[in-house]
Formats: sequence, C-alpha cells, structure tokens
Amino acid sequence: MAFSAFAPSTVSEQAPRRKSRVALLLLLPGILYLLLFFLVPLLSLILTSLQAPTVSGDIGQYRTAFEWQNYSTAIGQYGGQILRSFVYAVLATVFALLFSYPLAYFIGVKARPYPLLQNLALILVIAPFFISFLLRTLAWKQLLSDESAIVTGLKALALLAPDAHVTGTPVAVVFGLTYNFIPFMTLPLYASLERLDLRYLEAGNDLYATPFSTFLRVTIPLSMPGIVSGVLLTFIPAAGDYVNASREFLGGTGTTMIGNVIESNFLVSLNYPAAAAMSVMLMVAILILVTIYVRRSGTEDLL
Amino acid sequence: MSTQEAAALATAGNAVETPAGSGRGRKRDSNFGGWILPVYTAVALLFLLIPIAYTFVFSFNRSLKSNISWRGFTFDNWTGVCKAQGVCEAVGNSLLVGVIATFLATVLGTMIALALVRYRFRFRSAISLLLFLPMATPEVVLGAGLAAEFLTAGVQKGLVTIILAHTMFCISFVVVTVKARVASLDPALEEAGRDLYGSPGQVFWRITFPLLVPGIVSAALLSFSLSFDDFIITNFNSGAETTFPKFVYIAAARGIPAEANVVASAVFVLALVVVIVSQVSAAARRRRLAAT
Repeated sequence: MAFSAFAPSTVSEQAPRRKSRVALLLLLPGILYLLLFFLVPLLSLILTSLQAPTVSGDIGQYRTAFEWQNYSTAIGQYGGQILRSFVYAVLATVFALLFSYPLAYFIGVKARPYPLLQNLALILVIAPFFISFLLRTLAWKQLLSDESAIVTGLKALALLAPDAHVTGTPVAVVFGLTYNFIPFMTLPLYASLERLDLRYLEAGNDLYATPFSTFLRVTIPLSMPGIVSGVLLTFIPAAGDYVNASREFLGGTGTTMIGNVIESNFLVSLNYPAAAAMSVMLMVAILILVTIYVRRSGTEDLL
Repeated sequence: MSTQEAAALATAGNAVETPAGSGRGRKRDSNFGGWILPVYTAVALLFLLIPIAYTFVFSFNRSLKSNISWRGFTFDNWTGVCKAQGVCEAVGNSLLVGVIATFLATVLGTMIALALVRYRFRFRSAISLLLFLPMATPEVVLGAGLAAEFLTAGVQKGLVTIILAHTMFCISFVVVTVKARVASLDPALEEAGRDLYGSPGQVFWRITFPLLVPGIVSAALLSFSLSFDDFIITNFNSGAETTFPKFVYIAAARGIPAEANVVASAVFVLALVVVIVSQVSAAARRRRLAAT
C-alpha cells in the first residue's frame, strides 16, 4: 500500500521560502495528532513493558516499575513464537517475491504495448484487497479443509499422505501469509519494472549476453527499488500478523506467532507487561532489519 | 486496501513515456516472453481470484447456521442481509468509523502534504520520519500501543477510540497520496492567478484546491478502504463495540453466516466499480488534455 512511500522520492525538495507561520499552522494539527496517537503510545508501550504486578496480585493490575526481567521472561517463554514469526515471514516474503516477479514483469514490460490489458491485470492483482481480509482467509480455510476438492484431489494423486491435514499446519499459515500479501509485493515490483528502459536490455543483448545473464545483471539491479519496497511491505505485516496463524483461521496449536502472543496476553489474560514487552521487541527488531536492509540495498530516502 | 493508490499508480504509469523496445524480432529475446509468461500471468491472476469467487458463490448458499457446505442456491441472504444477528450493526459501525476517520485523516494529511511540498521549515527530516514510521510499524504494535495509552489514561474503549486509531494510521497514507499531486502541480497556474491580482486565499481556493481534488479524493477513498477493512488495530481498541471485520473474527469461532459473505461481496463489487470508473475517467481526462 505505501510502496510509493518506500520508493525513492521523486518530489524535488527545492521548496520556495515562504512565511513559515503558514507552514506551522498547516503542520501543527496533524503532527500533534501523530505525536499524541503514535509516538506517545509507543512510549507508553515501553513504560507498560516494565511494569510489575501490584502487591495485591490482582489480575490486570500493575504498578509503574523497572522490571527489566519482563523481557528475559518473555524471551524465555515465547522464544519459539519469536523464531517462528521470523521464519514464517521470511518464507512468505520469498514465496511472494517468486510468485510476483514474473507476474509484474509481464504486466510492466511485456504488456506495455497493450495499456488496456495492463490496467485489467492490475485491477485483478489488487482485487483481493476489495474483499474482506478475514473472509478471504476463511475462504482458504474452507478450500483447504480435509473434505475439500483440493485436498482430496492431492490425496488421490498421492501427493499428500491419506491421513494428512493442510489447515492447522505451518504450510497453511505460510500459504495464507503469502497469499494475503502478494499484492503488496506485485505493485511495487510493477511500479519499478514499468519504468525499466528496454534499451538497456537490448544493450545487454548486443553485447552477446544470454537472456539469463541480461536478466540477472540488468533487469534485477534496475528493479531493485521495487524489490526493496515489496520485501518491506510484505515482511512487516507478515511478521506481525496474527489472523492467518490463529486457530480459527489457517493455524493450529503449533503455529502461534508473536502477534498471537501479544493479542492473547493483552486482550485475554490481561498480562499487559508481557504483551508490551513482546510489542517493543517486535518493533525494535523490525526497525533494525528495515535499517540494515535499506542501507544494504541503497534506497535511503524513504518518504 | 490500497486500491486507489494502485489505480493512481496504474494511470500514472501509463502517462510515463518509455521507449519501446525494437529488439523484438530477435530470436533470443522472444523465447522467454513467448507463451510461458502470458500463460503464467493468466494462471496467477486466476489463483488470486479463487477466494473471492468462493466468498461470492457462498453468499448465495442456502445455509443454516454455518456456511460451510453447499446446500443450494438462494437469494434470501441478499434480500435479508440484516436478518443475521449483528451483521448490519457491525457494518453500520464500520461505515460511521470509516467516514469520520477518513474526514479527519484527509484534512490533517492534506494540510501536512501542502506544507511539505510548498514550504521550507526546520525539523523536516524528523517530521518525515514521524510520517513514515506508522507505515513501517506492524499493526499489532500500533494497536497494542494505543490500547496501552488508553489504559494508562483511563479512557473507556469504544467507537471514539476506534476512530482515533483509524485516523492515526490513515494520515500517513493521505500525506503520501496528496503529496504526489501537490508536487505535480504546474506552478505557472498559481502564478497566473497572482498576476491577475488574486489574493492568496482566492488563489488557493479557486486554483490550487480544485487542482488537488483528484489527489484528495484518491486519498479519502484509500483511507476509507483501509479503515473499513482494518481488524488488527480495531481489535485492540474497540472494547465491546464491533465493526464488520471484528464481527467476522468473533463469528469465525462458531461459523460465519452467509450474510457476511453478502456484505463482503457487495463491498467488492462497489470497490471494483469505483476503480473502473476512476480509471475510465482518468483515461478520458488524458484524452481531453491531449486533444487541446
């Protein structure tokens, strides 16, 4: 969705100098809003993560403290879920990239002479966004259930063991994460492939490069901004998602991710410090990964 | 979700002139894009549509309490959507939240976008970071953070807290969408207004604002669709109130009524119509501009 935000800025920053009072009036309400409802919540998350139970020990009652061991307790208790979230999100991102690249290449490069076809294909790519996120995930749950045509078909072809299940397994969760975030990958890839200058490919061809090495050395590097924003836009929501992995959707008891832990601690067992500690760790991990990734791949101006 | 942005992108993409390749006749060039790629694209697009088709088909199912196995065709779910308990109240809440949050986010975001493109000021990079971060933060962190803040401040969770949360995550998307539009405005048009002795207010409301309307409309549509489909942040900040996604989540445990499929299918058709209309009108506008 926000892929254009991740793409290199095309806006020239040569804003003319004008009365800064007007700028202040324009900025102030929105910036104050974000400070109050984005930054302060992050700070209160940090404070909450350090709270200790009250002396009475009532459920959901905490006092301000500096209980740093909340973090080590959370890591000890939920290390498996932390690792799993990372692995699932990486797998979903890789699969989404492999799925989306040829698709985006066809729409952005091969279909260029046919604008109508391009537009139609793009509408179909974003079509999943128009249907409720939860309902499309539930649709896959039904489509992959033990009695479904897909699963019975796979079993008839002996591609799946007769007593195997698909829903409730890591495979189903990674599949769901991949499916749900494919448009986030395809759109930025399309945006950068659409601008690819085909004369560079011809040059590669003229210099006796095989189509494969032209692709590897020309097309991929030129579409790097799209790959970077697509990877970020897929990885971030996938790592924090708790719908796909939830037991009512595609997951099972053995597939819970960080998001599920935060949700159940915050909303069910009212263990706010644990939920907050997990949220802070997820946020910090994602910020570190994003910074490293963006530095490495050289797309530094973000907005 | 990002329907409008994608639509805007599609049209913007078409406007960009790219030299077409002339190496098409070469043997080497044609085998990769021969038939494999178009066939793959068709299959991939069909794959993306599978759950949509499933949801749509099962909105016509003569279902009992849960809507899992096919029991025959009926229009009853469509004609009596509100008969299922809680569906229409949830949709009503989602519409209310969506409209108010969209309005607030669009106003605040448009103002920021204007300031960012048109003015020079201090702390520019800090402000850019503050606008970028909400988009790079996992929704579960945004939701838990707000919930922690409301808890500490002793704010009762309800529709108001849902609206506050949705406005927050929509602002950045509005800024990104409107900023592109402000940056692409031709400064000569405003100069002409000033040359004709228009006051700053007149120049803004008679020239700048009308030219920004398409960008503002896309931003508003994007905000509304983000708000309408949001579940994760809503779940943390809704208290006892339900929105449509939250209704689906709760119902998932005991079986989703077919009426939920009706709502989702209707929203799908509506969104599709909006996107197609905006594409067609953008194409018509381009043709008109090209003709003059």
